[in-house]
Amino acid sequence: MNRRKYLKFVGVGSVTASVMWEACQPEAERNGVADNLPEVLEAGRQDFEIERDRRLLGETFFTEHELATIAILADIIIPRDDTSGSATEAGVPEFIEFIVKDIPSHQVPMRGGLRWLDMESSRRFEKAFRDCTEAQRMEIVADIAWPNRVNPGMEQGVAFFNRMRDLTATGFFTSEMGIADIGYQGNQPNEWAGVPEDVFRQYGFDSNDIIR
Amino acid sequence: MGTFQIKKSDTVYDAIVVGSGAGGGMTGYVLANAGFKVLMLEAGPYYDPKFHSQQLFWSYQSPRRGAGSTRAFGEFDAAYGGWEIEGEPYTTKAGTQFDWFRSHMLGGRTNHWGRISLRFGPHDFKGRSYDGVGDDWPIGYEDVKPYYDKIDRLLGIYGTVEGLENEPDGIFLPPPKPKLHELFVARAAKKAGVPVIPGRGSVLTEKLPGNEDRQKCFYCGQCNRACRIYGDFSSSSCLVIPAQKYTQNLELVCNAMVREVLTDEEGLAKGVSYVNKEDGLEYQVKGKVVVLAASACSSARIMLNSRSNRHPNGIGNGSDLVGKYLHDSTGVALGGFLPELLDRKRYNEDGVGSVHIYSPWWKDNRRDNLDFPRGYHIEYWGGFDMPAYGFGFGMHGLNGRVPDRNGQQKEAGGYGASLKDDYRRFFGTNVGMAGRGTGLALKENHCEIDPNVVDKWGIPVLRFHYKWTDAEVRQAKHMQETFQEIMHNMGAEITWGLHGPENSYGLEAPGRIIHEVGTTRMGDDPRNSVLNKWCQSHEVKNLFVADGGPIVQQGDKNCTWTILALAMRTSEYIVEQSKRNNI
Repeated sequence: MNRRKYLKFVGVGSVTASVMWEACQPEAERNGVADNLPEVLEAGRQDFEIERDRRLLGETFFTEHELATIAILADIIIPRDDTSGSATEAGVPEFIEFIVKDIPSHQVPMRGGLRWLDMESSRRFEKAFRDCTEAQRMEIVADIAWPNRVNPGMEQGVAFFNRMRDLTATGFFTSEMGIADIGYQGNQPNEWAGVPEDVFRQYGFDSNDIIR
Repeated sequence: MGTFQIKKSDTVYDAIVVGSGAGGGMTGYVLANAGFKVLMLEAGPYYDPKFHSQQLFWSYQSPRRGAGSTRAFGEFDAAYGGWEIEGEPYTTKAGTQFDWFRSHMLGGRTNHWGRISLRFGPHDFKGRSYDGVGDDWPIGYEDVKPYYDKIDRLLGIYGTVEGLENEPDGIFLPPPKPKLHELFVARAAKKAGVPVIPGRGSVLTEKLPGNEDRQKCFYCGQCNRACRIYGDFSSSSCLVIPAQKYTQNLELVCNAMVREVLTDEEGLAKGVSYVNKEDGLEYQVKGKVVVLAASACSSARIMLNSRSNRHPNGIGNGSDLVGKYLHDSTGVALGGFLPELLDRKRYNEDGVGSVHIYSPWWKDNRRDNLDFPRGYHIEYWGGFDMPAYGFGFGMHGLNGRVPDRNGQQKEAGGYGASLKDDYRRFFGTNVGMAGRGTGLALKENHCEIDPNVVDKWGIPVLRFHYKWTDAEVRQAKHMQETFQEIMHNMGAEITWGLHGPENSYGLEAPGRIIHEVGTTRMGDDPRNSVLNKWCQSHEVKNLFVADGGPIVQQGDKNCTWTILALAMRTSEYIVEQSKRNNI
């Protein structure tokens, strides 16, 4: 498809899609549609994918309160250290906001899990999790962060924290900061010449192990 | 969509080719180069890897970081479509399952395949004569070998000459060197009596002599994203686009969804009708020869939907076998991590996007007294990959299984600096393997037209009926045992893929391996085959099939290289027969 024609078609199509979509939404939930997409979301993408991304990028899922709670949890899970910054510094809350729109099966467990957390902290401290002191927050986290030793009644919190840990880690280590941290060296033109000599020796292989 | 009308063209093409994947691309390429005026109809959009590939984008350039929300193999994967496509349903008979992967776009499923390019061997063509199971092909390895040789030279393939009986050697470029985890695999497999040899893939590890359009691989490992420098084989970059560029004989219409083959009073093919997905209009085009290469099931669907007085049962379906003998490869996979590789040194090991090593089937079900016929090969993966969506998932199932940096056993899960460090420690330690085995071609496993359901263009859809037999389940059990032994031998921890008899040892549902073939099988006897040995309809001499449909019985080898070889053979036959006015 001719690229100019392609983009023109996409432009028209997405206006229609957004009008149709907004017509189905209650007033308060209406959202915008993103005007510009990053290059990666246009190169070779199908019309329906581009329309979908414009719609998703214009939507908001989490409330300000939920997102603030996510940010606190994300930095507990991946804090700043000697090598790199924290989860929020790497944009993890923004990633989580997008991915739950993109993969809706995350929505109920995340929204429900956040509410579970607030209910648990209000039971213990009569405050929402985000309003607790650091010591109070860590007391709750200590009860939901270790899947192999779970006190009765904490199971749902553990399931939520597992998901939160997964999404935080993925969001962090797929960010520019995280990929630099973890030391992934690829995604660039190179000449693959096999396992480096020192690594080869480190693991006790010799020339007999080389597959021709 | 405007008022309904059918647009008829008076142009008579020398050949109409339906589909632009491996089979259609090769057919268009050979015919156009022979001077045929070819009309190629592709059901999806235009796609040129040079402009449309997502190669070398970083995960963080997309807000979904590579997740597969609209594409089964991740958003950067080149293949459009998937097992479910909006507006294009299919159905299954109760109690059976078949998952049908379609990729409507220029190049079809050559956009995402693993570039694993294995020849079928002598026993694969004559299996019944060898072990009494299934049916022999009407042709043997020696008939197809010259075409395998030609496509090796034309398209490029790496590998090594091994001299194995049923794993024929080709004309090879040098293979990529093994990665670190592959050395562990090779050592462990050897101990289990499983051979490991360099992979065979259609990636240019050296410049292809005489081809200035394609460049040598630069080792990004992203063949599935499509290659901007045409360093691997895709039907678009290596066949269709060059045929257009160098011959001016190939006219390509994209977004053309073919309904049926049109016939004349004598029952010969005179053209096809299609709906254009862009303008919504119906078109009829004429050709002296019609070649269906829409994929095994789509070509069967077109034939079954092409009913006329002369072909009340669907064109070329006097045998009533169109859609029958549908078979996919079997698949079982399992994986985990290698504790010995914790904290490994970082370096770029992306390599090629196909297999660096593999295990060809090493047993003989007669000699070794196995409880299932034929066998499987093993593909391996692991090591450092670009972190993408899903990276780090399930750390709470890993970090409690190994001592920490100070030698202390860790509690699973957690948070904070210590957890953050665990992701670093585990990076590049994963290793996995998958078996791809022979699924039996059985008449009972089939697709047919569902009498009650049409797609969004009103085309009657396919209804599938497919069940694995005990033979395939026992083969899956053998895979489970072999993989577990290899993992054990290398000291790896298995974290996923362990299955027992309760779910058929992890045997994937039919269709999941995307090697479905056999729906228009070839043979010498018109009563028990759809096509003759040239992939020509027994009943309609100017109708041919050039996809996986003609395959009588698939070996344990991925089918693309054989589809290409058969399509080239059939195309040369069409050229020769046309010269003699036999078609």
